[in-house]
Formats: sequence, C-alpha cells, structure tokens
Amino acid sequence: MTITKLLAGAALALGLATSAVAQDKTKVGFVYVGPVGDGGWTYEHDQGRLAVEAHFGDKVETTYVENVPEGADAERVMTQMALQGANLIFTTSFGYMDPTINVAKKFPNVKFEHATGYKTAENVGVYSARFYEGRAIQGTIAGHMTQSNVIGYIASFPIPEVIRGINSAYIHAKKVNPDVQFKIVWAYTWFDPAKEADAAKVLIEQGADVILQHTDSKAPQAAAQAAGNVYTFGQASDMAEFSPMPRISSIIDNWAPYYIARTQAVMDGTWESDNTWDGIGPGMVGIGEITDVVPAEVKAEALALKDAIAKGEYHPFTGPLNKQDGSPWLADGETADDGTLAGMNFYVEGIEGEIPQ
Amino acid sequence: MLKLEKRPQPSRVFAWLTPLMAVVLTMIAGGILFAMLGKNPVEAIRVIFWDPLFNEQFASYSRPQLLVKAGPLILIAIGLSLGFRAGIWNIGAEGQYILGAIVGAGVGLAFYPLDAWYVFPLMVIGGALGGWLWAMIPALLKVKFGTNEILVSLMLVYVGEQLLASMSLGLLKNPEGLGFPGSRNLKDYPSAFNDELIAGTGMHWGVLTAFLAVIFAYILLNRHMLGFSIRLTGEAPRAARFSGVNPNLLILFCLGMSGLMAGLAGLFEVSGPSGQISIDFNTGYGFTAIIVAFLGRLHPVGILLAGLLMALTYIGGELAQLMLSLPSAAIQLFQGMLLFFLLAVDLLTNYRIRFVKREKA
Repeated sequence: MTITKLLAGAALALGLATSAVAQDKTKVGFVYVGPVGDGGWTYEHDQGRLAVEAHFGDKVETTYVENVPEGADAERVMTQMALQGANLIFTTSFGYMDPTINVAKKFPNVKFEHATGYKTAENVGVYSARFYEGRAIQGTIAGHMTQSNVIGYIASFPIPEVIRGINSAYIHAKKVNPDVQFKIVWAYTWFDPAKEADAAKVLIEQGADVILQHTDSKAPQAAAQAAGNVYTFGQASDMAEFSPMPRISSIIDNWAPYYIARTQAVMDGTWESDNTWDGIGPGMVGIGEITDVVPAEVKAEALALKDAIAKGEYHPFTGPLNKQDGSPWLADGETADDGTLAGMNFYVEGIEGEIPQ
Repeated sequence: MLKLEKRPQPSRVFAWLTPLMAVVLTMIAGGILFAMLGKNPVEAIRVIFWDPLFNEQFASYSRPQLLVKAGPLILIAIGLSLGFRAGIWNIGAEGQYILGAIVGAGVGLAFYPLDAWYVFPLMVIGGALGGWLWAMIPALLKVKFGTNEILVSLMLVYVGEQLLASMSLGLLKNPEGLGFPGSRNLKDYPSAFNDELIAGTGMHWGVLTAFLAVIFAYILLNRHMLGFSIRLTGEAPRAARFSGVNPNLLILFCLGMSGLMAGLAGLFEVSGPSGQISIDFNTGYGFTAIIVAFLGRLHPVGILLAGLLMALTYIGGELAQLMLSLPSAAIQLFQGMLLFFLLAVDLLTNYRIRFVKREKA
C-alpha cells in the first residue's frame, strides 16, 4: 500500500511540475459554497475575486466554482484547480477545512487560504472576520428600535461564529433596553430563501419587530417588507435595495483588501501561512449606511460605538458578563480572549433557550 | 400528418436506443444553451464529456474520480430499481444513506482509537443495518396500515437530516474540534478508513460493492424466482397475486434491500471520500440515484452505465465551470435535460410514429 501511495504521489507531483512550468500569470482559484448570485456570503467573496482582477489586470487569472458541496466534492474541485496550475486557492466555507488540508498536503507548492476554520499548515492559512463587532452595533440599534421588545434572530448552524453573533447582539441590545428578549430560530442552512422566509414569518408572528439574520439570502428582508412594521439588517452584503425600510443598516463582509494583499504576497514570493482575524478597524467588517428611519441620537450612538471598536478602545465582550447558567465568565472590565471566542459554545446570561446539540 | 400508434410490444431496439438518443439530444439542446450564454458549444461539450476522460493534463486524476462519484449512485440506484420494478416506490434513499453513514461511522468512532481488523467490517454491518432499519419504517407502515411509502420514505429524509445535524453537533462531535460541529475525520483513523484499494484508481470498498450489487441484481432478476416475482408484480399485479406472490413480503424485501444498499453507500462515503459526519454530509446522492435508476431503464447493466454517465456530467460540469466560467445553474439545467429527453423519447419504445395521408372529406 505504501509503495503504491508513494508512486501515486510522485505521479501527482510530476503532473504538478509540468503544469507549473512557463507560467507568467498568477492563477487564483475560489471555491464557493453557494451561488455567486446569493446576494450575501458568496456574492461578497466573488466581489473580492473581481477586485483582485481589477487590481492586477493582466497579471492574474481567476477561476471559481460555485455551489460546491462540503466534503468529497470540494476536495475534487480543489485538486482540479491545483492540477490546472492554480498558485493560490481561497476556500470560502467552514466545511472545506479538512478537504483543504488534505489537498494542500498533495500540492506543497500551491498556497491555500481557508475562511473561518482553525486548521493551518505550511501552505494553508486561515482568515475570518470579527463579525461580532458588527453585531454589537446591530444589537445597539435593534435594542432602541424594538417596540415589542422582542427581537427575532434567524441563526444558521450552532457553531461558535453564529453563537458569538447572537451573544454580541444580545449584550448590546440589553444594554440599551433591559426588557429586550431574543427569539432564536435555527434554520440549519446558510442559504435557503424558502426556509429563511418561513423563519422570518414565524418570528414576526411571535411578535418580533426587529429581525437579525445569520443566513445569506434576502428572503427575510422581503418577508419583513411584506409584514410592514418590521426592521431588518443586511447580512454579509449591504442589501441596500431594502432600505430605508425594512433594512436600517447592515454588516458588510469586505474581503477585497485581504484577497489583494494575499495575491500580492504570492506574486512577490513572500506568502506565509497566517491566521488573520480582522474586524471593523482594518476594514474587513463594514457597517452599511444607517437609514433615516433610525432616530438621529440612536444613529450617533451606534456610530460612536463603531468608532470605539475600530480604534480598539472598546471590546464587545467586556465584563462583567455571566454565562447563561449564571456562572461568572468575565470580571468587571475584563475582555474575552480570542481562544474562548473562537470556540464559543455557550450563551451569555439572559438569553432564553438552549443551543441545539 | 403524424400519428402515434401503440406498438403491440415494446420495441427492444428502442429500449436500448432511447438512452443514446436522449444523450445526443441533451448535447444538442445543451449546446444551444451554452451558445446563448456566449460560450463555444463544441468546446463546452468537449470539456464536459471528453476532458474528464482523456485530457492529458488532469484525466489521470479525474478518471478515478468518476468511480468515486459513480459508486454510491450505482449502489443506491440498484437497490431502488428492485422496488421500482415491482411498483414499490422508495423515494427516501437519501435518508437511508444518511442513517447508514451515522450508524456506520458511530460504530467506528465508538472503537476509536482501537487498532483492530474487525472495526471496518463491523462498521459495514452497522451501515447496512442503519439504512435497512430506516427503510423498514415505511415498509412496516405500508404492510400494517397501508400508508403510502412514497410520502413516508420522503418525509423520513428530513427527519434523517435533523438527526444528522444533531449527531454532528452532539453525540458524534469531535471532542478535539474546539466546539466546531462535525465528527473526527476517519481518514486519520486507519482501522476505520475506507482507503483506495489500489492507490490512484479511485477503487474503494464502496465502488467494489456497487459492482458486486450490479451482478447480484442481474442474477436475482434473471435467474431467481424472487426476481421473477418482482418483475411480475410490476408488470401484472393481478397475475402475480394469482400465482401466489405474497405482496407484503415483497414490500419488505424491496424496501429493505434498497435501504440496505443506500445505507452501505452512506457508510462507504463517510468512511472514505467524505471522511467525517458533518451537518452537510449528504449531497443528494439518494435523489440523483432515482434519475440514474430510470436513465438505466431499471436494468442492472443500464444502471451501471447511467451511473458512470451521471458522474461524468458532474465532474465535467465542474471542469466547465472552472475552465469556461459556466454558471453552475447551467450545468444543473444540462443534467435536468438528460432526464427530460429520456422521458420524452421513451415514447418511442411503446409507440411508433406513422405518417398518415390526410383523407379527403
């Protein structure tokens, strides 16, 4: 078995060597979990890809494959990209983690960048954005805007990133409105307009008049618009076509600067495996325009919070904070460390319900 | 004037010819679609059908991948075809596939990190049992209460998906995964890993099992009394009853067998190409296999070929996205056309077209 494996490895390496010869353009591949037209997560990654093309012009060639299921299919798509001479491959979904690591082992000369994961290697870097910083601003606005004191939250999967967002939004909504209550629906999807619309309708029927979403389609925005008196926030993408109502602001993922920088690094031969987790400060997380539906003083408060976070003066997870079960988490003035945040699997005190197991 | 005339007997020639005609028609209509998208249609068809098999640069990789992709499709479709032939409609193979993967992987993970030869065989048994039991639910409900197996088996897919999510987040979650969902990767556990039998060929136990299933189904349908009962029930249910076929037993057998094979497919996938239980583990093999079964005319050899063809369109479709920037929706449309044209030209098997001169009044 080992001998045949070695042979196969050698054959692959040979194929790689021949394909890498005489290449003047830097080839950058992107693997997307959704369609580029989802208007949210994948759309923004594709905007990043287009920015790379616009920035480097003839010096780069980008390719992408969309709607790639996580697992064996992803591994095949990445291998095909590498075999066709890609120098740098961005894999843009958490579920691509193990496939990325597997393929990277076979192609030591190709650089890989995996979004939102935690496994790195010599030729695999990881990157993500501190979306929870944006959630803090969302929570502040939502806490002020709600009349019914019920805020609906369409969650995707119970993974640390999503739980972080819920906690951050809740903490800041509670801060400005002690009576606020969160209703959370788990949709178990990143992109499914029908399911997301249903979730939004259920939340609205249960009295929610502000809906936050951690799913990628615009369906909740449309559902809120149909219902009338409900506020929403754009997710991943600005979703400006729903402003000024129901969309009153948004969290925008801005991958372009990072993608351009990493492509440049590959061109210069200075690329090294990294673990990037950037927020509002470096511009990876953007806050979309807060519309005039929001009272001026609320808007000012939200923008002040944004500035404080951007300058590093304020951390959204600052004590005193307790966990849901009442046990202490952060002491007064203490801020959460990245390790705890990265693996966050608990609600903070005050949120009702359980994280699905 | 054209007139459709029912053939006294289904044409054997057209039964074999129609799938080929469907492929050719799909190529033509697909070519027009690609041309309308501003791509060179000949090049697009070449990338989808030719490059995965013969491109010098990467065919040595994509050819084995055909087997990896076709294996589960064939295995599930063979199981489904037994029931379909008898008029028993298991639409929930996707759910049985998930359950096979959960139970099989669960068995393997329970032994972690024990290094023993019997771990993998036990996982195979677990996978088969998981799929079989999940299919027994619609089977028993149908036998006992006369429920509709189409609805029950389909609904159980969604139950299975919820169970999969729960397993990824709870019971089977990787304890060293920092709280992220998904099980341990079985690729890192040699006793449980369904590796390629010969490196670089794509042949793993699941592909081998799929080929064995083709032979098994062929013998069953052509040489065995049970196979005869299955065919008879599908073609002439009343005659079958008079000749002493027990319909309930047949329901239990057909649904059970298709569940078992779907479960096996799930187990081989999770322990091999996929590697881990995760929320998005299932990618629709159970539904695509329905298309494969019909594309292969419910005949074991036909299913083998149809499975390979379907896998080719998947892998070629990815290449077309990669090399020609075709949107993935166009590829899905292309695959849909294949079934559409098959059903359309299927008419020719049972009917013939005659040119009739209009009679003067």
